[in-house]
Amino acid sequence: MLDALQRLGSASITTLERLGRGHLFLLHVLTGIPGLVRRLGLVVYQIYSVGVLSLLIIGVAGLFVGMVLALQGYNTLVDFGAEESLGVLVALSLVRELGPVVASLLFAGRAGSALTAEIGLMKATEQLSALEMMAVDPLHRIVAPRFLAGFIALPLLAALFSAVGVLGAHFVGVGLLGVDEGAFWSQMQAKIDLHEDVYNGVIKSLVFGVVCTWIALFQGYDAVPTSEGVSGATTRTVVHSALAVLGLDFVLTALMFGE
Amino acid sequence: MASNADSQSTRDPIVQIRGLRYFRGSRPIFDGVDIDITRGKLTAIMGPSGTGKTTLLRLIGGQLRPDAGSIIVDGERVEKLDHKGLYQLRKRMGMLFQNGALLTDINVFDNVAFPLREHTRLPESMIRDLVLMKLQAVGLRGAHKLMPSELSGGMSRRVALARAISLDPMMIMYDEPFTGQDPISMGVLVSLLKRLNDALNLTSVLVSHDVKETLSITDYAYVISEGKVVEHGTAEAIKNSKSEWVHQFIHGESDGPVPFHYSAPELMDDLMHGD
Repeated sequence: MLDALQRLGSASITTLERLGRGHLFLLHVLTGIPGLVRRLGLVVYQIYSVGVLSLLIIGVAGLFVGMVLALQGYNTLVDFGAEESLGVLVALSLVRELGPVVASLLFAGRAGSALTAEIGLMKATEQLSALEMMAVDPLHRIVAPRFLAGFIALPLLAALFSAVGVLGAHFVGVGLLGVDEGAFWSQMQAKIDLHEDVYNGVIKSLVFGVVCTWIALFQGYDAVPTSEGVSGATTRTVVHSALAVLGLDFVLTALMFGE
Repeated sequence: MASNADSQSTRDPIVQIRGLRYFRGSRPIFDGVDIDITRGKLTAIMGPSGTGKTTLLRLIGGQLRPDAGSIIVDGERVEKLDHKGLYQLRKRMGMLFQNGALLTDINVFDNVAFPLREHTRLPESMIRDLVLMKLQAVGLRGAHKLMPSELSGGMSRRVALARAISLDPMMIMYDEPFTGQDPISMGVLVSLLKRLNDALNLTSVLVSHDVKETLSITDYAYVISEGKVVEHGTAEAIKNSKSEWVHQFIHGESDGPVPFHYSAPELMDDLMHGD
């Protein structure tokens, strides 16, 4: 009984310690962001690395999600003779929910895991220590540009995901299932509100961008510097990011639309 | 007069460690260690694997904080410095890591240029000249376009050495520079360390358990075991140490105060009864 209590206590302390370290890490990284003005090159390269290189998976996934939404939506709507609302259904689902959420999940798998592995291996091969000993702060030089890049790239990727999804839905709905093209676009235009829908989606993706990138970078930086350590950290990045995105999505949705 | 000034400078240690205690968990790594590193000399810290030699370098570089005692580097208490002070001090130190720790995404030239670009506002043409000179000093000017993955272990360490001296530090710390080297690269590194120390008037701290090579170039050596300094003196003094433990360590004998067998019950008992 005492043993179990002790284990519980020790696990709680470890978790709290880790949480504390994570927040201090984030604060330290944020203090490095202003210095990046002089080093935009570093940020641009990282945007390429986490953003541009994720384009393919985001594009393909967006296309198929849009196509599936159109198929499923059409089958339901047609029973009520409301298949002309297909455009609204698809666009609302994508812009409010699926765009930010699915793009973030894919981002965590594609770019987050790569960030964790990269930083973890830099730690394991003493590159981070070497930077410290060269009086270069690794949190400012290595981590901050990656953090900013993730923050910038994810909302763009989410927007792209939604846009490609709508095109996919148009292809299936209008092209294959014969929904009226004018109704598809005009209903979408009339019913989607810039503030209510689009901005809230963008806010979600900004929050997810911070959270996913933070988790990925911290897991790498805090990894045990061995092969098992880095592999464990990479797994944790994907799992924690996914859970955090889904949990936060509920909270944000409740705050934004839960009246 | 000159010799007087000389002896004055040798009495002024660049690193002064007093009463150093450092624990990892509840295990003491250092338990009351006093070390002086003399300016302009090559000082070796020797000891078996796992005695915390690398930890000592990290303590001197301020990457770890001691649990007790003081570490003074060039007149500054390392453990009391804030983040900014520590980074200022580190600009005057170089450190060579066991595997070089080169940044793997940039080539040899950019690795050596890295500290110059980070800490100076020199024009690119001057950086190029400086980098090529540093690479020439370690014999790898011809390799400046290679990526770190294309270098052998010995070459990586030499590039890392060029990087460590690129800001002309006052002191350079070597973490096991000879480990895992073939005889030729070992010879190259040994003579390079000595030549750099003398030519650049550096202070070198060399952590190693390669006894023969280390003692061949060092001016002064400390032998550490189980958290304490067990012997210190010139290479000759260490070789002639009366301590049985030091004798076993220096000559690499398989049995002595450090037994060949890990502590275990009698073999016969173990075979007959088991666990």
